Amino acid sequence: MTALLDVHDLQVHLPVDGKLKPILSSVSFSIAEGETLGLVGESGSGKSMTARAIARLLPPGGEAAGEIRFGGSDVLALGGSELRAYRARSLGMVFQDPRAHINPVRRLGDFITESLRDAGQPTEAANERAIHLLSEVGLTDGGRLLGQFPHEMSGGMLQRVMIAAALANEPKLLLADEPTTALDVSTQAEIMAILLELRREHRLAVLFITHDLELAAATCDRVCVMYAGTIVEIQDASALFGAPLHPYTSALLASRPDISVRQRAQAIPGRPLSLFEAPPGCSFAPRCRFAVEDCLADRPDLRPVGPGRVACIRAEELDGATRGSEGSADG
Amino acid sequence: MIGYIGRRLAGLLAVLIIMSFVVFAGLHLAPGSPEAFLLQGRTVSPETVASIRAQYHLDDPFLEQYARWASGILQGDLGRSLIFRQEVSSLIWSRIPTTLALAAYSSVLIMVGGLSLGILGALRRGRTDSAILILTTIAAGTPSFVAAIALVSLFSVRLGWFPAFGSGEGLAGRAAHLTLPAISLALSYLALVARVTRSAMLEELRREHVETARARGIRESAIIRRHVLRNALAPITTISGIVVAGLLTAAVVVESAFSLNGLGTLLLQSVNVKDFPVVQAITLLLVTVFVATNLIVDLLYGLIDPRVTLGRGRKL
Amino acid sequence: MSAVQLTRQGLIGKARLAGGRLFWVAAGVLAALVLVAIVAPFIAPRDPLDIDLSNVLASSSAQHLLGTDQSGRDIFSRILFGTRTSLLGPLGVVTFSTVLGVAAGVTAAWRGGWIDSIISRSSDVLFAFPGLLLAILAVSLFGTGLWAPVLALALAYTPYVSRLARSATLVERDRAYVAACRVQGFGGLRTCVRHVIPNIAPVILAQSTINFGYALIDLAALSYLGLGVQPPSPDWGVMVSEGQGSVMRGAPQQALYAGALIVTAVVAFNVIGEGLADRVGKRSR
Repeated sequence: MTALLDVHDLQVHLPVDGKLKPILSSVSFSIAEGETLGLVGESGSGKSMTARAIARLLPPGGEAAGEIRFGGSDVLALGGSELRAYRARSLGMVFQDPRAHINPVRRLGDFITESLRDAGQPTEAANERAIHLLSEVGLTDGGRLLGQFPHEMSGGMLQRVMIAAALANEPKLLLADEPTTALDVSTQAEIMAILLELRREHRLAVLFITHDLELAAATCDRVCVMYAGTIVEIQDASALFGAPLHPYTSALLASRPDISVRQRAQAIPGRPLSLFEAPPGCSFAPRCRFAVEDCLADRPDLRPVGPGRVACIRAEELDGATRGSEGSADG
Repeated sequence: MIGYIGRRLAGLLAVLIIMSFVVFAGLHLAPGSPEAFLLQGRTVSPETVASIRAQYHLDDPFLEQYARWASGILQGDLGRSLIFRQEVSSLIWSRIPTTLALAAYSSVLIMVGGLSLGILGALRRGRTDSAILILTTIAAGTPSFVAAIALVSLFSVRLGWFPAFGSGEGLAGRAAHLTLPAISLALSYLALVARVTRSAMLEELRREHVETARARGIRESAIIRRHVLRNALAPITTISGIVVAGLLTAAVVVESAFSLNGLGTLLLQSVNVKDFPVVQAITLLLVTVFVATNLIVDLLYGLIDPRVTLGRGRKL
Repeated sequence: MSAVQLTRQGLIGKARLAGGRLFWVAAGVLAALVLVAIVAPFIAPRDPLDIDLSNVLASSSAQHLLGTDQSGRDIFSRILFGTRTSLLGPLGVVTFSTVLGVAAGVTAAWRGGWIDSIISRSSDVLFAFPGLLLAILAVSLFGTGLWAPVLALALAYTPYVSRLARSATLVERDRAYVAACRVQGFGGLRTCVRHVIPNIAPVILAQSTINFGYALIDLAALSYLGLGVQPPSPDWGVMVSEGQGSVMRGAPQQALYAGALIVTAVVAFNVIGEGLADRVGKRSR
């Protein structure tokens, strides 16, 4: 598999209270064609900002450094019409809250076909394509829906519309930023099913951002776990769920309420930090129950351990211990 | 929708009835008897007194007076001027074109200038924006008659570019004569529209759906036009409606400053010479236009924002 | 009248100026104007009514700081004295409209029902009258001078205050302290005067400050039209009007100085009102 997207040593700074503060540090990962990569972490961990950096959508004043390569071209160097072409043709983006992310005063047809018409397609053809796209996301009444306004639709339907619109230009990579978080539980499953099906049919690569580690493990090929603006672990999804390498990943898994096992969910003590608030050394150390003095010395690099890669100096010695903690937690 | 318009029209009618009653009852509120007030010590023949009593139905009971006066107005009979010895309606008709031209000219300046400055300020943050903010703050606090004096002293007296007063002949002459008045009238409102446009645009620029459009590679100019400006139209329409509705009244001051022969000058003359029928008629006319314009703007809302179900406000 | 009802309060929140420095500059300007109005007789170099036909339209000199007008009166002294009527009139408008508006708005919200309906419909009718037009009508009925226009404008400005007071009171009415007052057996009047009105005061103050600027413009315009303060009394609006003739003769100083002061005062009130509204808005958010 060749890498479609290659992110190498990405650094992002954003203005916070008028000063540039680091938000992401040495973020590196790649996505192969047709691969689904999960990006998991608590809010503020930098997972959304990573997706925004890939789409070059940082907030005003934000700066990205490092390297982002898409199909060989240097994304951070794109400008003007090249950047627009990259966004329009290479990427599709699905946001968390479709109600806020779709213009409320324009008709849905207008929204879906906008990028097509912008690229020069005649309205007729664009509308036909829109109806086809809507049927792909399970909305069969496309002809009528094109004339509807967003406020006339449910959140789940709107998210389907957003997905349809994202696919309009047949992108190779879909950036899905918590696409189900704002929806009802029942709709969440439908949207996930649609995403997974479309991924297969269109051989889409997907960057799937979620705070739900279990969902990521169930739907993705590989999973990156982020904490305080850095990646702390990358593993194949199947392995990660059973054998987390980083204490943070273990803690995330343990913090999920699980009704099948009679076991209390364990909240992670403390609150998640932003990168610029983190102490030197391992960002997770202040909340980690396995932290030792050495953890506070230097920020650990991501290094290969067993089947994956992890940023924890005690990964080998803790192997098993972190998982064991799950079982013994009840006692 | 139809039902809503019906209800709004009924409301408008109610307001107009009460308002006309106030304007009518003013005659009886004024110090002295209505007759003495209307005559203001002018010596006139007994026939004239009789005709005034007849015109105002002063021999009838109060409410009946009002009813007859109001029904007369509905039939286009605005009464007779006590000074000019002609029908008030013909007096007013001859003055309307000047005032309308002034208001229309000003409206164009307000909309074009206000929108451009507002958009410019929102898109060019930094120096341009600060300059626009400062200028509009000052302009918003500048009364039309002060602007008139400053403009006349600069452009008429010093530079001699524009005439300082009068109405002019021919289209070009009229336009030249109306330019300084229109600017004076427009200035503070233009500033208001600019500031509302600017902040509405800034608010819309921050919206998530604008980010979606960017993420889809839409051209920036199209984003500004189709998503930012389009969505900012509601507050811009509101302020523009208020401004335009009030222009005819505000024009009174400007017409006086430039000696334009419009409705406003007629109103002032009539106030000064106590020609009450004319004052009543012009007041009625200006208030009606004001209220009707506001209604039209409210109805426009439904077209601008599909989330507004007229009469029920915005759902969401 | 919903479009009209969206005015002023809605606008000031949006048309805000960045930074707090300007607010304090405006406050300083305002304090200076009030001070001048009070001490005008003591600091004015001349009698503002003193005519000197041998020295008309003089330019500024040591004797006449800002020159003289078409009757040879000292412009500087007239401007100092003009501060008095120019501020007193709007003060009357704002005081009347605030008292009336708060009383009406609080009553409407507190009592609800048909009282609320009557008060709200009355505001709708008043909203239909542009302030300036109502003032002109009042002058035509009751004659020129300050009182008729001040009362008319006060009436025209009242609905802006009452609507705000009504909505603010509706919010306050459901707060815990109101229930606490009820439990203690306090009457409605006492609760409103002692507790509700102090709580809604900041919002009202911001609105009334903005209204002050508008009232200043309207009253100056009326004086300019010859319907308000009458010459030879020194008043900024009157001065602009009297100076207009000299503008054509290339001596615009009287009209321009008086006009500049009107603009300064109005801008100061606007900036302060916007600043206050901003602060109130931030606090309640």
